[in-house]
Amino acid sequence: MKLAAKVLKKPIASTLIAVLFGFIVAAVVLVAAGYNPGQSFGALFHGIFAKPKYISNVIIKATPIILTGLSVAFAFQTGLFNIGAEGQYIAGAVAAVLVGVKLDLPPVLQIPVVVMAGVLGGTLFGWIVGYLKARFGIHEVITSIMLNWIGLYLSNFVVASGTYHMPNSTSTYPVNPSSYTMLLPNWKTSKAGMAALKPHQWLYEVMLKTDVNFGFLVAVLMAAIIWYLLYRSAKGYELRAVGFNRDAAEFAGINVNKNITDAMVIAGALAGLAGALAITGTAPHKISTLAAFENNGFNGLSVALIAGSSPIGCIFAGLLFGGLLYGGQSVQQDVGAPTEIINIMIGTIVFFVALTKIVPVLAEKLEKRGAGHVQ
Amino acid sequence: MKKLAAFLLAALMAVSATACSSGAASSSEASSEASGQAASAAGSSSAAATNYKVLMVTDTGGVNDQSFNQLSWKGLQQLEKDVPGAKANYSESKQESDYATNLDKAADDGNQLIWGVGYAMAGALQNAAQQNPDIGYAIIDNAYETVPSNVTCVVFRAQEPSFLVGYIAGKTTKTNKVGFVGGQKSDVIDQFEYGYKAGVAYAAKELNKNIDVVSQYAESFVDSAKGKAIAKSMYSGGCDIVFHAAGGVGVGVIEAAKEANKYAIGVDMDQAFLAPDNVLTSALKRVDKAVEQVSKDAIDGKEIGGKTYSLGLTEDGVGIPEEHKLMGDDTYNAAMALEQKIKDKEIVPPASKDDYDAFVKTLK
Repeated sequence: MKLAAKVLKKPIASTLIAVLFGFIVAAVVLVAAGYNPGQSFGALFHGIFAKPKYISNVIIKATPIILTGLSVAFAFQTGLFNIGAEGQYIAGAVAAVLVGVKLDLPPVLQIPVVVMAGVLGGTLFGWIVGYLKARFGIHEVITSIMLNWIGLYLSNFVVASGTYHMPNSTSTYPVNPSSYTMLLPNWKTSKAGMAALKPHQWLYEVMLKTDVNFGFLVAVLMAAIIWYLLYRSAKGYELRAVGFNRDAAEFAGINVNKNITDAMVIAGALAGLAGALAITGTAPHKISTLAAFENNGFNGLSVALIAGSSPIGCIFAGLLFGGLLYGGQSVQQDVGAPTEIINIMIGTIVFFVALTKIVPVLAEKLEKRGAGHVQ
Repeated sequence: MKKLAAFLLAALMAVSATACSSGAASSSEASSEASGQAASAAGSSSAAATNYKVLMVTDTGGVNDQSFNQLSWKGLQQLEKDVPGAKANYSESKQESDYATNLDKAADDGNQLIWGVGYAMAGALQNAAQQNPDIGYAIIDNAYETVPSNVTCVVFRAQEPSFLVGYIAGKTTKTNKVGFVGGQKSDVIDQFEYGYKAGVAYAAKELNKNIDVVSQYAESFVDSAKGKAIAKSMYSGGCDIVFHAAGGVGVGVIEAAKEANKYAIGVDMDQAFLAPDNVLTSALKRVDKAVEQVSKDAIDGKEIGGKTYSLGLTEDGVGIPEEHKLMGDDTYNAAMALEQKIKDKEIVPPASKDDYDAFVKTLK
């Protein structure tokens, strides 16, 4: 009993329980909708793990939401609620396209320039939110929600603008191939590359049929950097101190306003990086007219929540989320269940994660009851 | 504070994660009305197809878009009924980056024919076709300059039904001013716009009066609020009929017509069901028929790869609905006579601005 209580008190345990409950509820929903849950989950896992290229696709799908998740988690650790990751992501993508379409340098220069442009785009959006909060005390939730819409319409404006709009399409021109961050983008489609890859079936599939790119490595690296920044540096200590208690931090001589702005700038930069890497790393390498948000940023909120705002946790939560998003397509293709079921499942998992605060309480009760029995 | 934020976060999550599931009407409904000619078609192709898998990948509009995705799916469901052994399925794209992965997954699942719906998918489909030379691909609304040998293109001469509805609008208008709402400027939407304008001009010539056409673009195919706003301003500006070629934006156009009690003209499918008293007629693109027919040809083993099908009135690939209570018999019959003239190639409706200018000159 004691052991059970101890295990339950660990945050990871409650997250896993939440995920489990998510699946159980999804199973109930599937049965109610007339689909076989076993078969559906089979299709889900088959769609995630059956082939190396599926796993590769999951990782590709997870990359942007790991970064936006990191953005939200980081802001949350510093006491800010960055609901604007969506807008910052869009700003990053737009900035990357603006630069990447017009500029055509050798890849060694082009890639950093385009990615930095994206980072700056996100940074700008983050900075606006941080500055308004620090200078005028305007709540970051309000300003960042508004900026999400500004980002959406800015993106649509760029898509419709004369120099960027590709005729007969609903999108801009793609960025120049020199900005691609896939693994050997030119070599793998060349004759020599195809011939070299052909004998290795799985490598051939992964390389040619998916957009294997460096984004995931960058995301992991960023997670490590953010972890170091938050927990191993003086700056991180200040940032977190402001998050815990503004007044106490101010009393201790920490510049609160500067730290708020800095926190939003970093959060914005992370989300902008996600947008830029999505443009450089995955087809179609361009932005299209957005009817609604693509949820890259909002999914980041879920990722941060599942990860309990831990930077390293974001990697795994992002992979889980990416797996569900990508594998969900196979449930629909194989079983015929609408993808909405998968959305319900994701929603339930997040819902139960939000409820996980209950688990330690339950664990405590369990402990007490155990103690009662002993006496 | 933190607890509140956490709660807010949680609530928002739950909403945002489920909110993406908009408009999830059961897709089986769409098929219910389609049955009819099952018996006639079944005999021809049953032998060849004992187990033929066809799959369509939707564009970001989703399978219930009230437009060509939905129609394509209707066509495939009909195919499943008519041809024993044919198995149809679809795969929905949420983002443009899903096209490539969905097409790839479709190839893995042993589909023999894979449809891409919409020109947005042109690049991704071409790549997929290159990677899987043994699988047949087909695409709607896109014609490649050089069609790969395992790809079939299906395009519609949308200027033809647009010409007819333009003519009907010209005959019906009382204010001598009609409107056009487009989605996003492209060659496909140009067919609608200039076909329509030419039809109006043709009617104006016949009636010997001047009819203005105002046209505006919504820069979107989904923003129905914007469609409504544009149509509203058109109606208050003196238009009494508005034609739209703008996908989901058109739903707003039709709503505006309902509120202003004026006429709207639908597109792609017969949209009269949205407002029976206000939808004058519709410029039909029979995507369902085309998808079914091309799939059938593929099942029968006909050589369809590398070809581009251009479907117009002659092929019965486009048209206007028979229902015509709002315009009266005279106008409808005149439109039918015009349809015959187009079929006989006496009139060639223009599909672009240049053709339109040339067409207007011949009227004078």
